Amino acid sequence: MSLNNDTIQQTLTQKFGEVLTDWQEPYGMLTFTAPKEMNLKVLQFLYDEPTLNFRFLTDLQAVHYPDKKGQELAVVYHLHNLVDNVRIRFKVFTDIIKPDVFSATALYQSANFMERETYDFFGVNFTGHPNLIRILNVDEMDYFPMRKEFPLEDQTRVDKDDEMFGR
Amino acid sequence: MNDHILLPEGSIEKQTTTLNLGPTHPATHGVFQNILELDGERILKATSTVGYIHRAFEKLAERRPLYQITPITDRLNYCSSPINNMGWHITCEKLLDVKLPKRVDYLRIIIMELSRISDHLICNSIVGVDSGAYSGFLYLMQFRELIYEIYEEVCGSRLTTNIGRIGGFERNFTNTAFVKLEKFLATYPKQLKEFETLFNRNRIFMERTIGVGAITAERALNYGFTGPNLRAAGVDYDVRVHTPYSSYQDLEFTIPVGKTGDCYDRFLVRNQEMWQSLSLIEQAYKKVQEFKGAESEVFHADSPAYYLPEKKDVYSKMEALIYHFKIVMGETDIPAGELYSSVEGGNGELGFYLISDGGRSPYRLHFRRPCFIYYQAFPELVQGGMLSDAVITMSSLNLIAGELDA
Repeated sequence: MSLNNDTIQQTLTQKFGEVLTDWQEPYGMLTFTAPKEMNLKVLQFLYDEPTLNFRFLTDLQAVHYPDKKGQELAVVYHLHNLVDNVRIRFKVFTDIIKPDVFSATALYQSANFMERETYDFFGVNFTGHPNLIRILNVDEMDYFPMRKEFPLEDQTRVDKDDEMFGR
Repeated sequence: MNDHILLPEGSIEKQTTTLNLGPTHPATHGVFQNILELDGERILKATSTVGYIHRAFEKLAERRPLYQITPITDRLNYCSSPINNMGWHITCEKLLDVKLPKRVDYLRIIIMELSRISDHLICNSIVGVDSGAYSGFLYLMQFRELIYEIYEEVCGSRLTTNIGRIGGFERNFTNTAFVKLEKFLATYPKQLKEFETLFNRNRIFMERTIGVGAITAERALNYGFTGPNLRAAGVDYDVRVHTPYSSYQDLEFTIPVGKTGDCYDRFLVRNQEMWQSLSLIEQAYKKVQEFKGAESEVFHADSPAYYLPEKKDVYSKMEALIYHFKIVMGETDIPAGELYSSVEGGNGELGFYLISDGGRSPYRLHFRRPCFIYYQAFPELVQGGMLSDAVITMSSLNLIAGELDA
């Protein structure tokens, strides 16, 4: 029960050195950023290291930051150590032109659908995923709707038929 | 998708059969599809397809002010919408740093546990229906009606409740609500006991469910199972205990766990959880009754910037009018921050990942839907089993289409 954010940060810094950056603790959850080619190494270390023991992938999703040039897409992992009951959040950033990130499906079966969903909505290309196809949207779709360049419909538009759309 | 599948040795069939189970098959109880490759009645391979009722909730949430997102959460797991609503309120309250009075916490526990009961009773009675025992369904379903009447008394609606507000409830619980609650507490245990007598040691039911759709604890964790389905496999993970919210730490309850993770254990765990929920409601109700005088009128936190003021104040007080206008027009900026908060939903850990950049609506909101995550284990659970076992596995996992497709 002695695992706390400081020990996690120390253990990780000892192993990976200065490549892990942007250490924060918003609302008590340790958050850090890793280079995108390191994501599997970090996940594997967090999984294997007996003192850390982060073996439950709670959640995986992406965020789009159109203003961060070269780092437009962030893939966010939420991990949970169920024994010590500690959660951490860790992010990798990737550019939007070639959004390749290694897939975590070999480590976590649960990442399968979550990565498909992330691909579906943000276009993050998970290298090594066994079946990276769209999951919630139609297969014919040729864009990634959760990116910020697709705004929601203008609420003030008047060219729609009220009877059909009820407004 | 249709790789050629060879028949196993010794099969008397001439070829495999492809069967579309869903999207509108009556046995799926929801809109999702499973393409099953069959050798006679034995399943060789299952492929799941979801997304038939995708409604773009995460995109919608990026334009709405916080309080307008609550009705969206209703439509995730519509069998227990109040838990989703409360989970969302709790997330917002953490972000906005709103402290709730104890009475509100206990009232919320009553509502959340009622909806856990209504969730589990549907799931368990449907397991009964799918294994051929229809009467249990009829026995329990009338009690969901009693629960819905309590919701109705508290918030005015039944299925998609939109119950509560950020900072508390929209109004105090009426006396009728408590009378209805007492009626439920007095009558439900007897019926639940009868339901258990019908099923728990029923030879036919046991034969149909024991060893069907089983999963080991290790696989379940790897597949991201949470909630009753994980506990049936023997892992005592419960958000209410691990990360207490809404004063669950003040109450006494145990986490029922199973052993084998099959349909029978899932059924038993859900039944046991209903008993625990009943005891939680009783404890919380007792604590609510301890508040006397002015304290017994408290039903929301004191946070005028986010909690809609009472209508009579709006007409008579300047400040209330200003806040009313700002809240209704969604003109209150929310603090910047990044937050993951979760509650124990009917099916497991229901998480909200909220990023705010200081604007009026979230920059990004992601729902961790437990159903969506554990549904990917379905092909593995049914492989090698019979077709009728797939149906019963589906209902005992409690797959809710609304939660699959946010």
